Amino acid sequence: MEVKEKDSKIDKLGVLKRISGPVVTAVNFDAHMYDVVKVGNEALMGEVIKIQGEETIIQVYEDTSGIRPGEPVVNTGLSLAVELGPGLLTNIYDGIQRPLSVLVDKMGNFIERGVSAPGLPHDKKWEFKPLVKEGDKVIGGSIIGEVQETNIVHKVMVPPNQKGGTVKSIKSGSFTVDDVVCVLEDGTSLTMMQRWPVRVPRPVKEKLNPEIPLITGQRILDGLFPIAKGGTAAIPGPFGSGKTVTQQQLAKWSDAEIVVYIGCGERGNEMTEVLTEFPELVDPKTGKPLMERTVLIANTSNMPVAAREASVYTGITIAEYYRDMGYDVSLMADSTSRWAEAMREISSRLEEMPGEEGYPAYLAARLSEFYERAGLVITLAGGNGSVSVIGAVSPPGGDFSEPVTQNTLRIVKVFWALDAKLSQRRHFPAINWLNSYSLYLDTLHDWYDREVSPEWNTLRSWAMEVLQKEAELQEIVQLVGSDALPETEQITIEVARMIREIFLQQNAYDAVDTFCDMKKQYDIMKSIKLFADLSATAQAAGVTPSQIIGSKAKNELPQIKFIKDYKPELEKIAKEMDAEFTTLRAAA
Amino acid sequence: MKEYRTISKIAGPLVFVEKTEPIGYGELVNIVTFDGTIKRGQVLDTSDNLVVVQVFETTAGIGRDSGVRFTGETIKMPVGKEMLGRILSGGGKPIDGGPEIVPEKRLDITGAAINPYARASPNEFIQTGISTIDGTNTLVRGQKLPIFSAAGLPHNNIALQIARQSKVIGSTEPFAVVFAAMGITKEEANHFMKDFERTGALERAVVFLNLADDPAVERIITPRLALTTAEYLAFELGMHVLVILTDMTNYCEALRQIGAAREEVPGRRGYPGYMYTDLASIYERAGIIKGLKGSVTQIPILTMPGDDITHPIPDLTGYITEGQIVVSRELHRKGIYPPINVLPSLSRLMNLGIGKGHTREDHKKVSDQMYAGYAEGNDLRGLVAIVGKDALSERDRMLLEFADLFEQRFVKQGYDEDRTIVDTLDLGWDLLSTLPVEQLTRIDRDLINKYHPKFKAGATKE
Repeated sequence: MEVKEKDSKIDKLGVLKRISGPVVTAVNFDAHMYDVVKVGNEALMGEVIKIQGEETIIQVYEDTSGIRPGEPVVNTGLSLAVELGPGLLTNIYDGIQRPLSVLVDKMGNFIERGVSAPGLPHDKKWEFKPLVKEGDKVIGGSIIGEVQETNIVHKVMVPPNQKGGTVKSIKSGSFTVDDVVCVLEDGTSLTMMQRWPVRVPRPVKEKLNPEIPLITGQRILDGLFPIAKGGTAAIPGPFGSGKTVTQQQLAKWSDAEIVVYIGCGERGNEMTEVLTEFPELVDPKTGKPLMERTVLIANTSNMPVAAREASVYTGITIAEYYRDMGYDVSLMADSTSRWAEAMREISSRLEEMPGEEGYPAYLAARLSEFYERAGLVITLAGGNGSVSVIGAVSPPGGDFSEPVTQNTLRIVKVFWALDAKLSQRRHFPAINWLNSYSLYLDTLHDWYDREVSPEWNTLRSWAMEVLQKEAELQEIVQLVGSDALPETEQITIEVARMIREIFLQQNAYDAVDTFCDMKKQYDIMKSIKLFADLSATAQAAGVTPSQIIGSKAKNELPQIKFIKDYKPELEKIAKEMDAEFTTLRAAA
Repeated sequence: MKEYRTISKIAGPLVFVEKTEPIGYGELVNIVTFDGTIKRGQVLDTSDNLVVVQVFETTAGIGRDSGVRFTGETIKMPVGKEMLGRILSGGGKPIDGGPEIVPEKRLDITGAAINPYARASPNEFIQTGISTIDGTNTLVRGQKLPIFSAAGLPHNNIALQIARQSKVIGSTEPFAVVFAAMGITKEEANHFMKDFERTGALERAVVFLNLADDPAVERIITPRLALTTAEYLAFELGMHVLVILTDMTNYCEALRQIGAAREEVPGRRGYPGYMYTDLASIYERAGIIKGLKGSVTQIPILTMPGDDITHPIPDLTGYITEGQIVVSRELHRKGIYPPINVLPSLSRLMNLGIGKGHTREDHKKVSDQMYAGYAEGNDLRGLVAIVGKDALSERDRMLLEFADLFEQRFVKQGYDEDRTIVDTLDLGWDLLSTLPVEQLTRIDRDLINKYHPKFKAGATKE
């Protein structure tokens, strides 16, 4: 047997006793929890998830068909770890960091089993530029050099679990990730690559409270329900309500420096869409293809379920690694429900006592551990970095009371509630403005004051009030028709309609409207407020609601969204509105 | 081959065999009963002292005296070109009186996942001749687009009409239909077969029939056999294959039955917790592969228990498939065929397959405008019921009228009526022209001038 020859230590070799789908049991086997093992004659990759008496229970990341009791199991003695170093960006991985492009070369168009592939290209040479010199003191996490990875500069660091020391020698030039680039006084040699176990959070010096918003260019998000850099958000919604489009918009336009996108148990064709689209899209900040700052992880719904469980950890570890370099990273996980289901599936094969709806009792703990790995931090090297986590949730039947949504909401600070009714009316993004919330509003208050306008926070509260009022009025309209409303309220309804159709609705497929910066958001909202103010004064002067609602100048406002250089047009509309209302007031 | 007579327990479709040599997980098993009948099964759980076998047929006749033979290989499907035109049982045996299939290849029926990196993006428009699909929920090659229906609705006719009329304009590439029936009645099956024969579709079809009185457990493998065949036709013979799976609800029932027999912890409504993964292993077997000629397009049909779209079966399906076509009882009662309700229907890949170079430049905008108009008109119906038509504004009355016209002219069409995409879009413009042109806010001026019946050059239509 090939496996035996690889490893002669007998205590690391066990025998398979039972195979039940992705869960297998081995005996005569020394192992620690979460050790990576090679299962069967084909050496399928697996991970120890339970130890019970003589038995060691292993989840296998590949299909186990044909594996028999009596076949060998070999312990690698390592935990499930990812390779971190230059070459991560622009790559697309499966749940256990095997590059999918390499898998196509090795096993063709379909995912077969028993093939391993390293996460990083080991033959590629990178131009290493040292940033420390001989005699310098370094500690775990210190940056010792840099590599131009794409348009992103990759910082090479001392692995955070090493104590560091004095630099004895450091090289400069072209190296592979396996070449030693730096040697410390105590003999430790450092390469450009480090391995890190995915289930262990990478250490930081200190966690800070986030105070800067992650600008996404999506009006309803930035304007009404912002997420902070280093914050956490959840997007729950039934199928067809636009979760994936929203996640992809965030991956495209959020002003993070690095984006990690995890397609966890989702559709294959959707990942293909991301793969074909991203290289063609241009980052509005750098002018470079968006792909250059992106790492994709695609473990589609029909790929092995245990690898799906691991995919989320693989993703967050990569995100933390770039955070440690001092970057702002945003991580999208689509969808965390599929991750939870993978946990449920494994748990039920272990015959564990189920919690709510068959999910394991540790569901809440796992979710909170995952989201807690987000944050704005001071890195070990002393810089600032952040990981923002945005998780999609797919509640069965769109029912938010189910365990995954509920446990997620207890942890995350921002809730973007998708609404199937809105998407049926083709109101996109279909985020319900009444149910959604952001707990970062207070901490981000100062930033908006400073960077957008001192008026912004008031403007935002005003818009929310109008929308809230509209919801109450709509109930009356449903019963008695809109003509029966008092005059002032008829104006409120009109203003709310404008906020909804002009500000909240945004076309992801329009070249201009797909991204809207904060200044423009402010200008649009201010114009709507201008209309509301003009209406109020006009009404006080005796102008009728139908005259106000019938005024023409405001009808041009929606066009602003689609104009790149919108300022002149917006000023023109404002002037026309003003003039039109002056005439109306004079006539009244 | 060794035969074991060590059956220790039989529960539902599960047979427990003791004291075997090491048996592989997922292996195909033959169980020989006292009268020599051979029943097929698959290993669900294997350990050094006990093997659990799931039998795909009825366990009637199996007892302690039955012999169990493990074949040493996973279930394979013999495939070949001559399968076209054949009718097979839900277990893959010919039932049309013809000869056994001479296999050119034997393929594993589980099918490996297509590497997302190897997939090509689906973007070829399939014209089904049905306006509500072509116009507003476009199907493209390589897509999986289920029909969500319910008991007593004409989903079978819709599926047949799609199978009959589907074409890619200007394409002469070979085309085939793989039809898998799971737990449908003999009568329904006859309906399908008659129609296939009437239209000559049978020659380019492979039919798998698991009828209502066939063993429920067999339904677990029927769609997998069908998809293995489809993948062979598509990716090895370069054909464009349309797979119709009906009825997925029966498939899920069988899945639940096995879960219960295994005493598993049930998920929602008693369906197994792994149903999402299991359904994904079927639905995800659609697509196009870079550099290969063929494609697999799937139209699964399911009946929503109690017309409830939040039931686990439609719910999990909707999370995997690329949209859904929803059949409505209300429209059916109004006598509208095909009773497709476009509002909850969706095609996620529509935008990739329409517009200039695919259908026509105005497609997306016309579709959006009709959606918006119909949605609003439909909402107003509720209001009319309370406040009466007279309380509506002129604009609202027009929208209400539009909603009716939309149903009567756009949705409604004949069972044999094959509308081209140009017909469908022109019809859309006809309907939109009943609204004031200022209302068409989702369409640009240029397109209105080019296509609107009242504005387009030389048009004198009312």
